[in-house]
Amino acid sequence: MTNLIFRLQKSGQMPVVAAALCSVVLLLLGSLYSSNFLSADYLLLQLQIASFLGVVATGAMLVILLGGIDLSVPWVVTVGGVMSAAAAGWWGGAGANFAIPFGIACGALFGLVNGIGVAYLRVPSMIFTLGVNAVAQGLVVVRTGGFAPQDRATPAMHLIATGRSLLGIPNALLVWIVIGSATVFLLHRTMMGRAIYAVGNRERAAYLSGVDTRRVTLLCFVIAGACSAAVGVLLTGYSTKAYQAMGEAYLLPAITAVVLGGTNIMGGRGSYLGTVVGVVLITLLQSILSVIQIPDMVRQVIYGGIIIVMLLIYGRGRRMAE
Amino acid sequence: MNLEEFRFRFREHRGAYAAAAMFVVLFAVFIAKYQAGWSVPVITTAANKGVLLALVAMAQTLPVLTAGIDLSVGMVFVLANCLASHLVVGTPVQAALGVVVVLAVGTLCGLINGLIIVYGRLQPIITTMATGTIYFGLALALRPVPGGNVQEGLADMLTGAQLGGVPSSLLMLLAIVVLVWIPYRRSTIGRAALAIGSAEGAAYMSGVPINQTKVFAYALSGLLASLGGLFLTFITYSGEASMALGGSYTLSSIAAVVIGGTSLAGGAGSAIGSIFGSFVLRTIGDLLFVFDLEPLWQPLFQGVILLVAVSLGSLQLLKLRNRLDMFK
Repeated sequence: MTNLIFRLQKSGQMPVVAAALCSVVLLLLGSLYSSNFLSADYLLLQLQIASFLGVVATGAMLVILLGGIDLSVPWVVTVGGVMSAAAAGWWGGAGANFAIPFGIACGALFGLVNGIGVAYLRVPSMIFTLGVNAVAQGLVVVRTGGFAPQDRATPAMHLIATGRSLLGIPNALLVWIVIGSATVFLLHRTMMGRAIYAVGNRERAAYLSGVDTRRVTLLCFVIAGACSAAVGVLLTGYSTKAYQAMGEAYLLPAITAVVLGGTNIMGGRGSYLGTVVGVVLITLLQSILSVIQIPDMVRQVIYGGIIIVMLLIYGRGRRMAE
Repeated sequence: MNLEEFRFRFREHRGAYAAAAMFVVLFAVFIAKYQAGWSVPVITTAANKGVLLALVAMAQTLPVLTAGIDLSVGMVFVLANCLASHLVVGTPVQAALGVVVVLAVGTLCGLINGLIIVYGRLQPIITTMATGTIYFGLALALRPVPGGNVQEGLADMLTGAQLGGVPSSLLMLLAIVVLVWIPYRRSTIGRAALAIGSAEGAAYMSGVPINQTKVFAYALSGLLASLGGLFLTFITYSGEASMALGGSYTLSSIAAVVIGGTSLAGGAGSAIGSIFGSFVLRTIGDLLFVFDLEPLWQPLFQGVILLVAVSLGSLQLLKLRNRLDMFK
């Protein structure tokens, strides 16, 4: 047993296992409240909801691995939703097929601006993405006049977000699986993946080893922007409409999920499996807290408290003296 | 003071001077465009708005100087606002007691942040994000719906204008700078905070008390944030647990800190710079108003100006001789 724990600590997979255990404990606690928590239907529904957070967290994780942070998530999500719905309205008919790629491309464009600012202008990502978030908000307000836009989601968007295909697996979950697999491939089987970890550990060293660190950073921010916008598209399909501030509920949970999954917030360390487990954990936590009948304020306190406690259990840094 | 020393001092406070200059220019444009602006009520309102953000930005500065960050300042600000709308009422003595309690709670919030970060060895960004949620939950418990009251005599005294039309809020801010910031900056613990920010390992090796310094910085940050919340109560005469308000103050405070010349990497900067950074941000808002810009376009312009302001620092890149210096 001690041998197993020691090997886990060595492999750096400790947080993943701990977060998975926490998820199981949450489910068991939930099942004490209502037996529905263990039904396949409930679990599939949770995974469908988790897919939205999962796609955001994918982009957030890439940026965090670089040692940065993307605070532009809330309004880039909204841009993705508003612009895809708008494109569906403009082009109608056959042109509506381009609504989804168009929305994602708009998000990638914001990601590009983030990347240029962080990689080439060398502005700290925390402040630059904050500015881009404000600009994205401004553009959405100009475009919609500050109201919920009238454009509707296309049937394709609706199908992807809410439909279920083979074996009753939600389509949104399939989207997450595809994006997740691509990310795992990117991180572990490509030069760029190696470079991402290298930049996160020490950008200077990566640069001296011949990595074009600035281009790597730029690409990561573009992918993160595209991920955020893709969630905007999914959310628009889910609720058939885009609305203001639809992304507000995703920034903090995404970062929390990535960190709970064992990714170092300073960059350079972390696995995608951890992020998946973190996303499931956060989704379950939110779901259970919203099902049991307690006032909103208690929910907030418990949510924050549980995150601190979980991090204290397994997310602690090293002592200075070490 | 010889020339060399003067130059050194100037370089150290370059960011703060730049922010102050930017504020003077923007404010001059504001007054030139809006002639009626040079009147006591307009100046007082502008000063109140500026001081409100300045207090939260000062609170943000302290952790940032130690290379940390406090994403819960906005929520402590909201919590203090809700608490003050309950406690700072009644007779002057009761109200004064209420003020003390509010400030104590704010300091306690900051202290908890600091203790978790230092002794729990968690990253500041994620810790304060989580504690911010808790503080907001507490604020919501205190004020499920907006409302409450505040001792009016005290509120009017602090939000009005003194003899000669000087806004009392500016005098209050000056007092806070003189009584809190300057003693802190000149004390051993204040210098230790900057040492930790510029090189934590070196500071540790030199025997700087890392833990106490960090905890103190976060606790003082909580105190300043709750001062902001208290002042908000004096302006609005009520308390409101608004997540949007807390979030926007947290984000604006980071922007103000950066515009004020404090490095997010820690180790350089000052709360004075953050004060001018806040004034700059608020004056930009007023400028968009007096230039009759369509309200729809205002958020966009504010975002663009913020982006441009933070990108100005990259002009330094042109001076680099060695490209390696670009990377940390």
